[in-house]
Amino acid sequence: MFTFVTALSLAATACSSSGASGTGSSTPHSGGHLTFALASDPVCVDPQQQGNNDAIYPARQLVDSLTDQDPKTGKIVPWLARSWEVSKDATTFTFHLRHGATFSDGTPVDARAVKDNFDGIVRLGAKSVLGASYLAGYQGTTVVDEDTARVRFKEPNAQFLQATSTFTLGLLARSTTRLPAAKRCTDHIVGSGPFTLVDYTPNKSVEERRRSGYTWGSSLWRKKGPAYLERLSFKVVPESGVRTGSLQSGQADAIGGVAPQDEAGLKSTGFTLLSRANPGVPFALTANTARPLTRDARVRQAIQLGVNRKEVVDTVLSPRYKPATSSLASTTTAYKNLGDRLAYAPDRAKKLLEQAGWKPGPGGIRVKDGKKLSLTVVWATNFGPNQTALELIQQQLKKIGVQISLKSHSIGDYVEVRQKGDYDYAWGNTTRVDPDILRTSFSSEGLNLSRLHDSALDSVLDEQSATADPARRAEHAARAQALVLDKGYQVPVFELTTVIGVSDKVHHLDFEASSRLQFHDTWLS
Amino acid sequence: MPRYLVQRLLQAVFVLWAAFTTSFVVLYLLPGDPVSIMASGGGDTNDVSPEQIAELKRTYGFDKPLIEQYGDRLWHALRGDFGISVQNGDPVTRLIADQLPATLQLTSAALLLATVLGAGVALAATYTRRRWLRQALLSLPALGVSAPTFWVGLILVQVVSFRWGLLPAIGNEGPQSLVLPAITLAIPTSAVIAQVFAKSLRTALAEPYVETALAKGASRRRVHFGHALRNASIPPLTVAGVLVGNLLAGSVIVETVFSRTGIGRITATAVTAQDIPVVQGLVVFGALAFVLANLAVDLVVPLLDPRVTGAAAPAVTR
Repeated sequence: MFTFVTALSLAATACSSSGASGTGSSTPHSGGHLTFALASDPVCVDPQQQGNNDAIYPARQLVDSLTDQDPKTGKIVPWLARSWEVSKDATTFTFHLRHGATFSDGTPVDARAVKDNFDGIVRLGAKSVLGASYLAGYQGTTVVDEDTARVRFKEPNAQFLQATSTFTLGLLARSTTRLPAAKRCTDHIVGSGPFTLVDYTPNKSVEERRRSGYTWGSSLWRKKGPAYLERLSFKVVPESGVRTGSLQSGQADAIGGVAPQDEAGLKSTGFTLLSRANPGVPFALTANTARPLTRDARVRQAIQLGVNRKEVVDTVLSPRYKPATSSLASTTTAYKNLGDRLAYAPDRAKKLLEQAGWKPGPGGIRVKDGKKLSLTVVWATNFGPNQTALELIQQQLKKIGVQISLKSHSIGDYVEVRQKGDYDYAWGNTTRVDPDILRTSFSSEGLNLSRLHDSALDSVLDEQSATADPARRAEHAARAQALVLDKGYQVPVFELTTVIGVSDKVHHLDFEASSRLQFHDTWLS
Repeated sequence: MPRYLVQRLLQAVFVLWAAFTTSFVVLYLLPGDPVSIMASGGGDTNDVSPEQIAELKRTYGFDKPLIEQYGDRLWHALRGDFGISVQNGDPVTRLIADQLPATLQLTSAALLLATVLGAGVALAATYTRRRWLRQALLSLPALGVSAPTFWVGLILVQVVSFRWGLLPAIGNEGPQSLVLPAITLAIPTSAVIAQVFAKSLRTALAEPYVETALAKGASRRRVHFGHALRNASIPPLTVAGVLVGNLLAGSVIVETVFSRTGIGRITATAVTAQDIPVVQGLVVFGALAFVLANLAVDLVVPLLDPRVTGAAAPAVTR
C-alpha cells in the first residue's frame, strides 16, 4: 500500500511539473503564513508536559528558555538569562535574567516567574516525565532579587544547566503555572516566546501568531527582534501519503514524520530534506544483565561484535541515518567516537562464544549444557522501520549461532514489560542532548532497567553529574560511554534521525540542539 | 403502540448497558494501559519509574479494584458523565459533543449521496431490459463493498486534489472539503443500499398485483416507479441501523485519510492511546446512534406498511 501511494504521489507531481516553484526575493523579509503538516495530533501543547515531536514543534515556539544550546558545539549560551554561575559541586545554579522580557499577558519574566515555573513542574510530577527527571532532587528556588534566581538541588545535578535550554523548562506565565495540568493542554498557554497560541483544535491544527515587540530572543538566532513569519499553522495530517502529497501540491510548506521510504521520492521531485540525528541514546539493544545467558559479559560482547550496523542502515533505512559509533548519538554533548569498537567482527564474536562454552549445535544455534543460545528481544512499535531492522539483526546474529526471538509491544505495554524484566535485550532509544542520559539509563541507583551492579560505572556516572566544568565533565562522560560498550551492556545500532520535508519557499528552518524545530528565523520567499 | 414502544425502549437500554460493559471488559483485558502510554511520551521509549506510573494511576482512579471502577463509571455514565480524557483532561461528553457536528455533516452528506446512488443503481438495474446492462449494474454493489475505503480515499486525494488541484486534501473547512470524503464514505454505503433495494424491488415486481396492474393497462414505468417502489422501500429502511454502524466505522478511516476532525478521528486516537473513558464514551455513543436509528425505523415502517404492528392499525384488513 505504502509504495503504491508513494508511486502515485510521485506520478502526480511529475505531471504538474515541479511541485513547488520558488518565486520572489532571496533576501529575508517579514510576513507570511507557513503551514506545517504534523504526523499526529499533539494532544497537549504545554511544553512542560509533553515529550513527543508533534507536540514540541508547536509548543517550542510559545516559550523562551533560560539558556539555549548551540547545536554545533553543545555550548550553553544566553537566552532569557544573560549569565549564570554554577557552584563547583553542581548543586546550586544562579541565573541573572535579562531585563524587560514579558509574557504575552504583560507580566514580567522575572526571578519570581522562574521560581513559579520550577515549583510548578515539580508539582506536575508524573505529568511531566521529562521535567521530573531534569529537576530530580530539586530543593527550591530563591528569588535573590528581581533579576536573580538561585536554584538548589540536594545532590549534584550537572545536567540541570543543559536542561534549562530545553522546551520542558521553558517559562510560562503565572496565569498558566497556577492551573492544574489538565487545564493547560489545549489553551491557557501563555509564554514569552516569539509566537503566541491563537487556537489549538485537537486532531486538526495549532494556530500561532507572531508576537510583536519581541526583543529577547536566543543569542544563537540570526535575527534580532520578532520572528519573520506572521502566522504559523501546524495541521494534523496522519496519513503519510497525504502528507507527502500535500507538500508536493503546495497545500503544506513543510512536513514532519518523513519515513525513510518516502525520502527518495521527495528528493527526486525537487524538495529539500532537512535532517539531523537525534541526540541521546541511539536505537540499541540494551541488555538485561539479571538473566542467565546475558549475565555473561562474553555473550554480550559477542552480540556487540555480531551486529553489522552498516548493513542495517543500508538495507532498512536511508543514507541520512548513521550507524551508531558510541553509546551516545553523535549529536549528544560530550559524545566520543568509539566507532572502531563497534566494527562488525563475526569471527571474534564466534571465538568469544566458544570461550564462554557455547558450542555449535543443531540448526546452527549454539548450545551449552543442553541449553540453546536463544535470547528474547522486546521492542516497541514506536518507529516504523523497527521490525525490519530487528529482523535483519536476527539474521546477522544467527550467523554467529545466536537465536533471537522478537516480541513486539505497544509503547504503553513496553514500559510495563521492561519493568517486569522478562527479556534478555530491550530495543529502544531516548532523545536527550545531555550525556547525563547515560546515568538515567545505566546507573544502578536509578530505575536500573538493565539490572546492573557495576560500581565502576556508577562512580563515573556520578562524577560526570557532580562536575560543573564542561571539559572535565566530558572526560567522565567519555569514560562512561566506553565502559557501557566494553561491558556490552548496550549494543547501539543506529542513530534515530529527524527528517523534515520542505518546499523551496522555506528558508532557515533550523534544528535546535535536540533536533527539534525553531521557527524564529524562518522566512518564506 | 405504547407496549410496542416500551418493549423497544427496554431493548435499547439493554443494548446501551451491554455496550458499556463489553467495552469496559475489553479495555481492561488489553495489554498495556493508558497511563503508561501517556507517560512514555508517545515517541521515545523513555524510562518511566513505577512510582510515576502509580501516581498517575491514582490520579485517574485506575488503582481501585475493577468492580469498584466499573460501578463508579456506570453510576456516572447513567448521569451522562463519562469522566475525563486521560490524554488531555477534557470531559468526554464535551469532547464527543464538540466533534459531533463535523461527523454529522460528513455522514449525512454521505448517506444522502449513497441513497441517491444506491437507489438509482437498483432502480435502473431492475427497470432495464438490456441483460448486459442489468448484469453490469448488479455487479456494482459487490464492487463497492469490496473496494477498501482507505484505498478509494487515497486515490481520490491523489488524483483530484494533488494532481488536478480541484479540491483540498486536508481539513474540514467549507463545503468543498466535504466532497471527496463524502464520496469515499458513500461508496460502500450505497453498495449496501443498492443490494438490498434491488433484491426487494425484484421481490416486489414478482408479486401478483404487478401483473394485475399491467393487465389493467398501467404502463411499465408506472408499475415500476409507483407500485413496486413504495412496497420495495421497506427492506432498505430496516437496514438503517447497519448503515449507521457502517457510516460511523467508515468515518474512522475517511476522517484519517482526509485529515478531518470528528468522531472517527477521536476514536482512532483514543484507541491507540487506550484512553478508556473516551473509548467507552464513544462505544456507548455508537450504540446510542444504532439504537436511535432502529427506533426511528420502527416508528416509520408502520406508517408505510401498517401490517408490521397489526394491533396498532386495526383499520387495515389483510
